[in-house]
Amino acid sequence: MAAGVAAWLPFARAAAIGWMPVANLPMPVAPTEKNKRQDELIILNVSGRRFETWRNTLDRYPDTLLGSSEKEFFYNEETKEYFFDRDPDVFRSILNFYRTGKLHYPRYECISSYEEELAFFGIIPEIIGDCCYEEYKDRKRENAERLMDDQEDNKDAKLPNMTFRETMWRAFENPHTSTMALVFYYVTGFFIAVSVITNVVETVPCGSSPNQKEVPCGERYTVAFFCMDTACVMIFTVEYLMRLFAAPSRYRFMRSVMSIIDVVAILPYYIGLVMTDNEDVSGAFVTLRVFRVFRIFKFSRHSQGLRILGYTLKSCASELGFLLFSLTMAIIIFATVMFYAEKGSSSSKFTSIPASFWYTIVTMTTLGYGDMVPKTIAGKIFGSICSLSGVLVIALPVPVIVSNFSRIYHQNQRADKRRAQKVQKARLARIRITKTEGSNAFLHSKRNGLFNEALEFTQLPYKMNLSDQNSTEEEQRLSKSTSLLESQHHHLLHCLEKTTNHEFVDEQYYQQSYLEAGLQNYPSRSPSLSSQDGVTGTCCSRRSKKHHTPLPNASAPAHMQPLTHTHTHQQGLQELSTIHIQPLSTSRSSLNMRVDDPASLNCQSSQITTAIISIPTPPVTTPEGDAHLPAAPTHQNVVKVSAL
Amino acid sequence: MGALMVIFSLQPKQRSKTRDSVEDELELSAVRHRPEGLEQLEAQTRFSRKELQILYRGFKNECPSGVVNEETFKDIYSQFFPQGDASTYAHFLFNAFDTDHNGSVSFEDFVMGLSILLRGTIQEKLNWAFNLYDINKDGYITKEEMLDIMKAIYDMMGKCTYPVLKEETPRQHVEVFFQKMDKNKDGVVTIDEFIDCCQNDENIMRSMHLFENVL
Repeated sequence: MAAGVAAWLPFARAAAIGWMPVANLPMPVAPTEKNKRQDELIILNVSGRRFETWRNTLDRYPDTLLGSSEKEFFYNEETKEYFFDRDPDVFRSILNFYRTGKLHYPRYECISSYEEELAFFGIIPEIIGDCCYEEYKDRKRENAERLMDDQEDNKDAKLPNMTFRETMWRAFENPHTSTMALVFYYVTGFFIAVSVITNVVETVPCGSSPNQKEVPCGERYTVAFFCMDTACVMIFTVEYLMRLFAAPSRYRFMRSVMSIIDVVAILPYYIGLVMTDNEDVSGAFVTLRVFRVFRIFKFSRHSQGLRILGYTLKSCASELGFLLFSLTMAIIIFATVMFYAEKGSSSSKFTSIPASFWYTIVTMTTLGYGDMVPKTIAGKIFGSICSLSGVLVIALPVPVIVSNFSRIYHQNQRADKRRAQKVQKARLARIRITKTEGSNAFLHSKRNGLFNEALEFTQLPYKMNLSDQNSTEEEQRLSKSTSLLESQHHHLLHCLEKTTNHEFVDEQYYQQSYLEAGLQNYPSRSPSLSSQDGVTGTCCSRRSKKHHTPLPNASAPAHMQPLTHTHTHQQGLQELSTIHIQPLSTSRSSLNMRVDDPASLNCQSSQITTAIISIPTPPVTTPEGDAHLPAAPTHQNVVKVSAL
Repeated sequence: MGALMVIFSLQPKQRSKTRDSVEDELELSAVRHRPEGLEQLEAQTRFSRKELQILYRGFKNECPSGVVNEETFKDIYSQFFPQGDASTYAHFLFNAFDTDHNGSVSFEDFVMGLSILLRGTIQEKLNWAFNLYDINKDGYITKEEMLDIMKAIYDMMGKCTYPVLKEETPRQHVEVFFQKMDKNKDGVVTIDEFIDCCQNDENIMRSMHLFENVL
């Protein structure tokens, strides 16, 4: 029950009078407060700061420290106050939770100290209100990441039992784990740089002998460059093979982007080795060399920033695509227009529409090389429109991309949104669980309360003269852990059950009985069953079948299910309070399906009810409110174990 | 009843806002209704000062503006019955508490209703119950009205009941009720029939005393 409306419980109970004339059953006894206290102020001394509140306020949440009897451990007899040696600032929020029903997380508070206080006072953090929950979760996540980073640093030093392969992999991924890894990291970086520079320098024209024209250095110092290239490719190949060996999942490694870059970087060399002799394909071979420039991408292993850039470009793909699309549209439009405008002019460079594409792109990006210019007036007009619109078309999507970039970049710095979704679901699930615990509390206490009510009832006449000693005994026995509020609420629900003559059950049980009802469609052969009992009868009979206590006077014929069932209204008032035991000689085979159903609640109830059944006949001591004996219609000693 | 008449006469002074139902929705959130003084309420109800204090503190906590509208009422009442749907019954209850039918329950309404329910005579309680069942307040409970009330009560049980709730259960219950209450079999239950029959029924009499120690 939401304790925020605990104050309205008296109203809800009073309104239950509206059910009374409708009910056919007598109502259960109301729980009484043994020592009725006036609502008093209690003082909570938290490290010297005194908070005062009503006792009822704290009683709203009986499963926390302050709401339960656990706070008695902190009671100081001399000063008549409860002393807690905790942080008073955080305690403010906690006490406000009791007062208003909403738990707020103050932003200036450290997340771990707040959580510690919540844990001490027995409050789950999931009930932080929506206003503060995002902040709380963000801070918690940052804290967790920080802890994880710290842990990782510590972890790297240990772990002696890793295989050689795992050690190698870890060395490749985290260069700062060991000196060897660092050396390897720098060596490969150096060789990547050397390789790239070699490729660049290869094409520079070196000094030439006077009789020949200038040749690029590559052709002049072929051997040197070839040796350099070989050395680099050797290193890269060895590195790739080592990574392939160390990878935990080779297939996944081979599919990853970095390994593809590695392969593309070293392949041209090997292909070149294979095909040096053949003249025809040497032209193709030359173009393959262009792929050597991909070696520069190997630097992305060395630079975190490059990796993030690549990722953000990938996630901005839609915006980039939009930019491209709009540009293409504009280019085609303007190229067509320019072509037709310049068609008339002689010696026009605008020979075709695709030829005009070049002009349009150069103009729209405001490059303006000047190799193609319109000569007609119409061409010039459209050309100027083209350049103006070019500025606009390019300027518009770019800020969108930039803002997307910065957004994604910041997102990457924190955790995934997807993880937050799961956390949200987990949080709601946890709140729902505690809520259903509240409603299940009623069902549980019904079962446990069966005896309590029996005792309460039987001792009612004697209650007048109870001595203190007895009353405390009773209190211990009867109150258990349920507060008065809860027991009153349960009493209210119990009254509703009596009014409608149906009982609350939990979902699982309901499913079973519903299924069973659906299964058992054939009518009973017993004449004493009315048609509606055919469904309900099976439910009860199945349940009581669990009890396995053969009755001495089970004189029922084998095929009969004589349930003079309480759910029929034509039976009148008297029987409704009796217990009915099902004679177990029934033979509906489908009943046996669920006999060994380990539904926990039935196990519990059977615990209690067997105790009742063992009372010798007649089964007079009904735990229900009154002791009406079964009237004549119960020709068998049908004792229905009522729900509890 | 006399207390209610006093309330009627007093309310125009307190309720300074308009009676327009259209504007009520907008203004209810802005209205801060202050109840009458403690002495007056003490005189009109059967509660002691301390009890009124406790009641008001709880009331004000849930409804800082001083009045409850139907939605809040339904929310509050539904929290006590997590397994079922208490909104229909809460609607009828709201109408029973809202004696002047202005769409909101003030603290006076609330406390007057509670005073009858918890501290009233049997006659008054039965009167109140009759008023609850008589949805259109015409002095007769018809089978349809009773069926609505019964369905509302059964709705509060929810789905997961044992035995499984069936369609005709409320109707049957209404039949039983009418068999018991409708003495002259004219299809409606009048206030006298109702009170007579309830006074002769031991169970009902006993259960009327059930909640007397609630506060």
